[in-house]
Amino acid sequence: MSRKVRLEIDGKQVEAEEGMTILQAARKAGIEIPTLCYNDQLEPYGACRICTVEIIKDGRKRYVVSCVYPVEEGLKVRTDSEEIRKIRKTLLELMLPLAPASGPLKELAEKYGARANRFQAEPTACILCGLCVRYCAEVKKANAICFIGRGTERQVAFVPEVAPYECPSCRQCYSLCPGGKIVEAESQGLLSMPITQKVARKP
Amino acid sequence: MKVRSPEDLEKLRREILARKKPDRPVIAVCVSTGCSALGARRVVEALREELKKHGLEDKVEIKETGCMGFCELGPRLIIYPQEIPYFKVKPEDASEIVEKTILKGEPVEKLFYTDPATGEKIRKLEEIPFYKYQVRLLLENNAKIDPKNIEDYIALGGYKALAKALTQMTPEQVLEEVKKANLRGRGGGGFPAGVKWETTKNAPGEPKYVIVNCDEGDPGAFMDRTLMEGNPHSVLEGLIIGAYAIGAKEGFIYVREEYPTAVENIATAIRQAEEYGFLGENIMGSGFSFRVKIHRGAGAFVSGESSALMSAIEGKVGEPRPKYIHTAVRGIWNKPSCLNNVETWANVPLIILKGADWFKSIGTAGSSGTKIFSLVGKVNNTGLVEVPMGITLRDLIYKIGGGIRGGKRFKAVQTGGPSGGFIPEKYLDLPVDFDELTKVGSMMGSGGMIVMDEDTCIVDVTRYYIDFLSSESCGKCVPCREGLKQALNILNRICNGQGKAEDLETLEDLCEVLRAASLCALGTTAANPIATSLKYFRDEYEAHIFEQRCPAKVCKALTAYYINPEKCQACMICLRNCPVKAISGEKDIVHVIDQEKCIRCGVCFQVCPFNSVEKYSPPTPPPARYGIKVKRVKKGEKGGA
Repeated sequence: MSRKVRLEIDGKQVEAEEGMTILQAARKAGIEIPTLCYNDQLEPYGACRICTVEIIKDGRKRYVVSCVYPVEEGLKVRTDSEEIRKIRKTLLELMLPLAPASGPLKELAEKYGARANRFQAEPTACILCGLCVRYCAEVKKANAICFIGRGTERQVAFVPEVAPYECPSCRQCYSLCPGGKIVEAESQGLLSMPITQKVARKP
Repeated sequence: MKVRSPEDLEKLRREILARKKPDRPVIAVCVSTGCSALGARRVVEALREELKKHGLEDKVEIKETGCMGFCELGPRLIIYPQEIPYFKVKPEDASEIVEKTILKGEPVEKLFYTDPATGEKIRKLEEIPFYKYQVRLLLENNAKIDPKNIEDYIALGGYKALAKALTQMTPEQVLEEVKKANLRGRGGGGFPAGVKWETTKNAPGEPKYVIVNCDEGDPGAFMDRTLMEGNPHSVLEGLIIGAYAIGAKEGFIYVREEYPTAVENIATAIRQAEEYGFLGENIMGSGFSFRVKIHRGAGAFVSGESSALMSAIEGKVGEPRPKYIHTAVRGIWNKPSCLNNVETWANVPLIILKGADWFKSIGTAGSSGTKIFSLVGKVNNTGLVEVPMGITLRDLIYKIGGGIRGGKRFKAVQTGGPSGGFIPEKYLDLPVDFDELTKVGSMMGSGGMIVMDEDTCIVDVTRYYIDFLSSESCGKCVPCREGLKQALNILNRICNGQGKAEDLETLEDLCEVLRAASLCALGTTAANPIATSLKYFRDEYEAHIFEQRCPAKVCKALTAYYINPEKCQACMICLRNCPVKAISGEKDIVHVIDQEKCIRCGVCFQVCPFNSVEKYSPPTPPPARYGIKVKRVKKGEKGGA
């Protein structure tokens, strides 16, 4: 049995197990925090930052991502405030130009009042959340899909030596994709494309 | 030989000193990257040749050293034992140096530093303003050491601190001394090194690692490179002492592959330290064993971030980890790993040898010791400077840097590399230390210091930094990858005269989200240049957006070139140099720029000997008419500025 940790989330006393993240503790207590790159089967990745919450530690306010931050005894957490809503709104406004048609994004955008056209559009249908890459590596252990490139050049690509053999019979990552990119990519016959070709960037 | 005890070390030191007769002339030539680029290697060859000619090759030693500091006046050399400093030495000067200085002990006047203010020649290094106000604790020995020769380092008391730590102090005492000295991380964060060491020491898990961070990625900064190239043993000695205090048996030196000399010199240093028994099993008979490996980085700015650097050492992509557990607790292969910057480690032997109280007597209450800066930009004297913490920006820029080039007006100084902030004139009397720089929205960073004058457009420079940071982002988290990309889009638009009223608010929102939600410090600090430029130079943004005007006349889309008919002497120079043939004119006829054809490259502005080309922003110069007769300016009377 792991040790119990007591913390306060949105004014509510919450009991969690040591090693849990704030997100897990909050969900267990029925407190909803939005997520995009999180999946409970996978290692936390902390890329979309939409689950950012506010913690008070040593009397100082800090923003952390709840999908990674471990619970601590006596920790005070706020999952919703004007500042947090604004951060989430801007984050959504930054992701919407990539995948304007994404259902999960549109839903959150409505909730946080995010404008779809605030920033320059670059529709690739991919927000680089890495769910497909991580699912394939961590759960399927197939490594048929990967990231290539750095920074603004970052893309998701099928591994041409693996994907044509693994993907057609699996397709389990399709339903994870918030942007609908994978379905689109396969329909374009991209499974066997060489890795050097731009895959995710092509609308 | 193996040094097996402090007594062995002292014996060896005496032997080395006895071999190096103190009155034997030594010509120390800086062959570090800067001076080498200016031809230092050829100077060395010429000197060797000249010594041979006079049969002096065995009587005079030529020492190839690391950086001596005043890089723009290279190649540099110093002649010992008299300590005669020469500047801008050319291979042709070799014969004069040997014939006059070496043979007769006479100085070569023309190679001395000339004070630009008085025109006087200065014969002593410490009297040159650039050096006078410096406290060169870490850099001082660079001019006396051949970095490829461990004996030079030992002769100056090298590895004495290690001997003291290993034989007279417990690991806990070493740790306490460093904590007491309040040595703060020189890589930029300013986190107390002793506290970090203690965290790693007390963290569960074995083995523990110690690491040197030499992934210096800031454009224009070369502090770490200089130490690694010029005095690698000082870094190594610090690392070994740290390993002893922490209880680490293995260490890594992460150095970027783009620093070939640093890689070579530290590799030589490790080999020699192994030979002499400063690395390996049972160091100096203390029972403490320690080994070091070099990891050559593939040159990514983000790899300087501690968790990204450790991922890189593990052989993975150098991307920061989304962990809130410090690398000091769970670092390389999830084992406790203590990472410090090159300069931080190099301070350790000094603290052990001279004590925490001595170290704390230098600098300010919150930041003790010295800091190395690479002072560059629009100042008269550029190069590496080492100053006590707490020196004011004004002293740094005006006393050491010799003020702004060409008598121009100071606009801002950017500290801390690309993710530092702009500091305006009103804060020039700010003492430079970790906390004060943070208070005004900038940071110490690794020690880059770029001075900007009135001809610098702050919006344009901000755009440059964001461009750099955006292309160096690892691309993992949304605020950094998408936020910087969109900030760059906006800044590009503003510089192109297509700014919108809401852009400033949008940039502020992006700063907020970068600071609050980025995964690592690359993202959180990337807000600094945008936020400080908006705070201190908002009027420049507003001029770009609302008046279509670039106050510094830098942004091409908002600037036009115009030939003043009162000043033009119809010399045809601009006309011949214009790459798009946008200038028409002939003998005695004032030249005219065709604004439609002009690409605003500024060549005419640079080449005109009469200063008759003028910049206009907004880009609406007076109408130009072809056919105006030249008004001749009398000889010796140039067109004026």
